[in-house]
Amino acid sequence: MPLSTIWVVAEVSPEGKPLPVVLELLTKARELAGTVEAIAWGDTTAAIAPTLGAYGASKVHDVGDIAGALPGVPVAAAIAEAVKATTTAPDAILIPHTYDGRDIAARLSVKLDKPVLTNVTDLGEDGGKLVVGTAIFGGSLLLDTVFTGAGPNIVVVKPKSFAPEEGGGGAGAVESMSTPDTGAANGAKIVNRHVEERSGPKLDEADVVVSGGRGLGEAGKYEMIEDLAKLLKAAPGASRAIVDAGWVPYSYQVGQTGKTVKPNLYIAAGISGATQHLVGMKGAKNIIAINKDKEAPIFSVADLGVVGDVHKVIPKLIEAIKARG
Amino acid sequence: MNVAVCVKQIPDPANPGKLDPETKTLVREGKLIMDDSDSYGVEMALQLVDKAGGGEVTLVSMAPNDETSGLRNALAMGAHKGVLVSDPALKGTDALGTAKVLAAAVKRNEFDLVLCATESTDGYTGTMPVQLAELLDLPAVTFAKHVEIADGTLKVQRQTEAGYDEVESPLPALVTVTAGVVEPRYPSFKGIMAAKSKPVDTVTLSDLGIDAASVGQQGSGQEITTVNQAEARKAGEIIEDEGEAYEQIVAFLEKLKII
Repeated sequence: MPLSTIWVVAEVSPEGKPLPVVLELLTKARELAGTVEAIAWGDTTAAIAPTLGAYGASKVHDVGDIAGALPGVPVAAAIAEAVKATTTAPDAILIPHTYDGRDIAARLSVKLDKPVLTNVTDLGEDGGKLVVGTAIFGGSLLLDTVFTGAGPNIVVVKPKSFAPEEGGGGAGAVESMSTPDTGAANGAKIVNRHVEERSGPKLDEADVVVSGGRGLGEAGKYEMIEDLAKLLKAAPGASRAIVDAGWVPYSYQVGQTGKTVKPNLYIAAGISGATQHLVGMKGAKNIIAINKDKEAPIFSVADLGVVGDVHKVIPKLIEAIKARG
Repeated sequence: MNVAVCVKQIPDPANPGKLDPETKTLVREGKLIMDDSDSYGVEMALQLVDKAGGGEVTLVSMAPNDETSGLRNALAMGAHKGVLVSDPALKGTDALGTAKVLAAAVKRNEFDLVLCATESTDGYTGTMPVQLAELLDLPAVTFAKHVEIADGTLKVQRQTEAGYDEVESPLPALVTVTAGVVEPRYPSFKGIMAAKSKPVDTVTLSDLGIDAASVGQQGSGQEITTVNQAEARKAGEIIEDEGEAYEQIVAFLEKLKII
């Protein structure tokens, strides 16, 4: 087995389940290393240990309650302390590319004085070294990078980079981590959480995604996207431009900051296709793009590109689908 | 209320990016502009200082050369002064090295708050701001879509996967802002003229007491081993809508058995 030990940071969803990306990372880690262990925090650790174990974690290091803090400081502090205390530090620490994951990676990088690689979409091994794959320039160039210094290698991996598969292991053994004093840096506390309701299937699990962008012209026109999505049992999505403009909630965002989606079909309506957006959706099996500007980059990834006005094409499309009954 | 704003000067993103064939780092030659995603932090800082009734907005930036054209734009918006770390040894510096340099630069002035973009438009690693916070021993709130300061407490709406969290923190602190946080102003003619005489404190690594070996390509601790062209998607069919294009979309949906 090429690498000895990999730790995977096991972030959970608001419902208390490991994020799908955690299971993807555990699966990949099993292929790369002999020992795979997870890091968890909050009050769900015991409850998720069987799932983490099933995907390959023999141990679950538990940070425990973080008392309303943002996870970045306490989780990074506990990991750094554990790395320094052990004689068998992991070769690599894999962290999900999420809001909290990036905070943890950044803090950990400073605490261990090690570089961190983000936006990772592939992992491999060559001569006992971790090989880290990233894509740049909107995914047109693929880079392999190795760390030149000693580990642990800190790597932040995009969701949906690997397929999750159970390995048949028993529940991971939960072990408490010691939590050092985090001082002034741990001053930020969550005082209230807001979950934005959304209709239809989940964006990152849907078979079909229909997204709208600036080409819709105004917030009210997003209704067209929702109507079409409903007819196709699709999840409605959005480009960053209209999320930042406040037309739709952040949870709708597809792209670099936002969700990575790989549906069977992605329909981009009035989206020009900035790199920011393309990296989040170009993994879709099929892509239909509708945009007025025939030079728009979105057409370079479309299987069917319609150069036209979304305000004309989509209502006709909706009528035609409805007419079929 | 003094606010430091990290500003990155980048090649115009409208031009296609290039990798240096030897070092395999991004080529940053030619005219640099202020990363548009930094304009939100500059605007936020100006508004917070204004509301506090006084203080200064200080820009903090680094570059392998003494390029300041990107900073002038932020000074024209109203920022009071800048600190530019300029040193040829900075070429190829990674996010951690950048954070070390900017931490030393930020400390040259008093500050209550540090603002950054969530990620740069050219490199988008997205870790530099929180690395900077860790080096300065500050709390950090990332992905802010709303920021206010009341009675010395920072109140932020932080974007999450499911919606947003209300987060509170004592000052000093670091916040990264999204493009939704404020609408950046356009520099006025008066602002552009005034920017020309605003002070930019240009310093080298040795002025900051930073060992050149800890930054740059050598200090990055990583090496790109291979560069491959991604498999391009097969060119699709592009049609102009003459009023009937929806029929082809219907046919496409049928083919996929979605309808």
